[in-house]
Amino acid sequence: MRIFLTLTRRELAAFFFSVTGYVIIAAVTLLIGWSFVVLMTNLGSDPSPLPVTELFYRTYFFWLIVLLATPIITMRLFALEKFTGTFETLMTTPVSDWQVVAAKFTAAIIFYTVMWLPMLGCLFIVRHFTDQPGTLDPGMIGGIYLGVFLVGCLFLSLGCFASALTRSQMAAAMISFVLGVSLFALGFLAQALTTTAQWKTQLLSYFGLFDQMNDFAGGVVDTRTLIFYVSLTLLFLFLTLRVVESRRWK
Amino acid sequence: MNDNAMIEVSNLTKRYAGRTAVAGISFTVARGEIVGLLGPNGAGKSTTMRILACYLPATSGTVRVAGFDVFHQSAEVRRRIGYMPENNPLYLEMRVREYLKFRARLKGLGWRRSRERVSTVMEQCGLTDVGRRIIGQLSKGYRQRVGMADALVHDPELIILDEPTIGLDPHQIRTVRQLIKGLAQAHTVLISTHILPEAEMMCNRMLIMYDGKILAADTPENLQRLVAGKSQIIVELAAPAAALRECWSQVPEIEYFDVSASEGEFQRCALTPRDGLDLRPVIFTLALQNGWVLRELTRNRHSLEDIYVQVTQPGEEEEN
Repeated sequence: MRIFLTLTRRELAAFFFSVTGYVIIAAVTLLIGWSFVVLMTNLGSDPSPLPVTELFYRTYFFWLIVLLATPIITMRLFALEKFTGTFETLMTTPVSDWQVVAAKFTAAIIFYTVMWLPMLGCLFIVRHFTDQPGTLDPGMIGGIYLGVFLVGCLFLSLGCFASALTRSQMAAAMISFVLGVSLFALGFLAQALTTTAQWKTQLLSYFGLFDQMNDFAGGVVDTRTLIFYVSLTLLFLFLTLRVVESRRWK
Repeated sequence: MNDNAMIEVSNLTKRYAGRTAVAGISFTVARGEIVGLLGPNGAGKSTTMRILACYLPATSGTVRVAGFDVFHQSAEVRRRIGYMPENNPLYLEMRVREYLKFRARLKGLGWRRSRERVSTVMEQCGLTDVGRRIIGQLSKGYRQRVGMADALVHDPELIILDEPTIGLDPHQIRTVRQLIKGLAQAHTVLISTHILPEAEMMCNRMLIMYDGKILAADTPENLQRLVAGKSQIIVELAAPAAALRECWSQVPEIEYFDVSASEGEFQRCALTPRDGLDLRPVIFTLALQNGWVLRELTRNRHSLEDIYVQVTQPGEEEEN
């Protein structure tokens, strides 16, 4: 546990001591702000019955942020260490493979959560300027953040896996981007394939990340979705662990 | 199992896809020894060290460090070794003290103990003045010392340094060398290098590797004696060639001799002694007895450089 904390601290420090970390945060803040402006302008001219939070996820800005930012956050984790050789110094200390994987993932998810904080600011602006306390209730905000967190876990674990596969950060980012976009697109495939067998459609609808996120934004937490995200995250972390271990069987 | 052995390697083989990096080597290193692993680039030194440090698995053969198997008891082994890989990779964005503290914690030292040890090794490696500097801004010599301090920080029984002096200037090399020599009392050290005088200066024993095999393993002195048998003594004497030939053939210590005419009445003789004996006093006495004028008497001293070149020349191993 102590080693895990030490490793997590160092990984977090690497995020916040590098320019990349701040560039990611700045870019994400810009996109969040932009989407907020777009949303407010649209709402001003065309009132909508949906809650603000749910509208936010319909702007596609959210998915753009998730799909673009997560590969960049995770690409460094293993690939850079393998490239510079520090992976060798790291793995020859008495740390276990799972401690390394868990620490890197935890640091990534903490960074990711911090990255989303500006969105909270936007929501408070809405609350402050619309005299309607009902527009934002804590349950709904909790719902969004849980959604953001779970989607993040899934995409970051995917990114960890991609980063563990290669020595090149660029390749890691591309692999995780492609995997992420494919996963995201699976949900839309379900809508396109209405004519084919029933079970296929149903299977694919489980991967409907877009629709699931809408539920979260509306403050609905579905256990199936929860299990879906947690189990996929664990699957990718397990795969990452196997990749890290694999140098011992080569 | 030998209690006094720090490293026991038997029949270690490592094959990468299509290439054998280490081909069935065996050696032992006793506690407290400083052993140099010497060989040209690509001889399998780094691979051997990586296996010892539990970073790579062996294809076959067993490796034990302090009595623990590197594959099955890897955590126990890793707790006991301080390993500095080739090119000394470091986290360049960290500060020196911060990095060493991080490494000490990773190696399982408690908070207080890691603080003590970091201060000790920083002093030992001459890093006290740069503790707050960012590693990426340090010179190569300092970075090397940071790497060594990291290898030492948990006071390991065995220290493995892969090319610790590569890329340093002569002054820095001297500092690093002194540091390594200073470790001799309390630790076992395994160093790899392809620079011969370095191994000659620092090590009690050398293992010469070439093409994945160990070609020679002995103390620097013994290795020198090994080739001294092939060294020659050059003598120039003013004497009739026939008399000289007669004379040399009667000296039992001389294995081969060759007499050729030099300028004037001088003859140039190349004598090969048996078993690396020093013939010079014998020759002087003979010259004195026969009243020959002696103008040159030199011994072609074979340095370890020659051993290295001889031993590592492909296809010539059998001759040694």
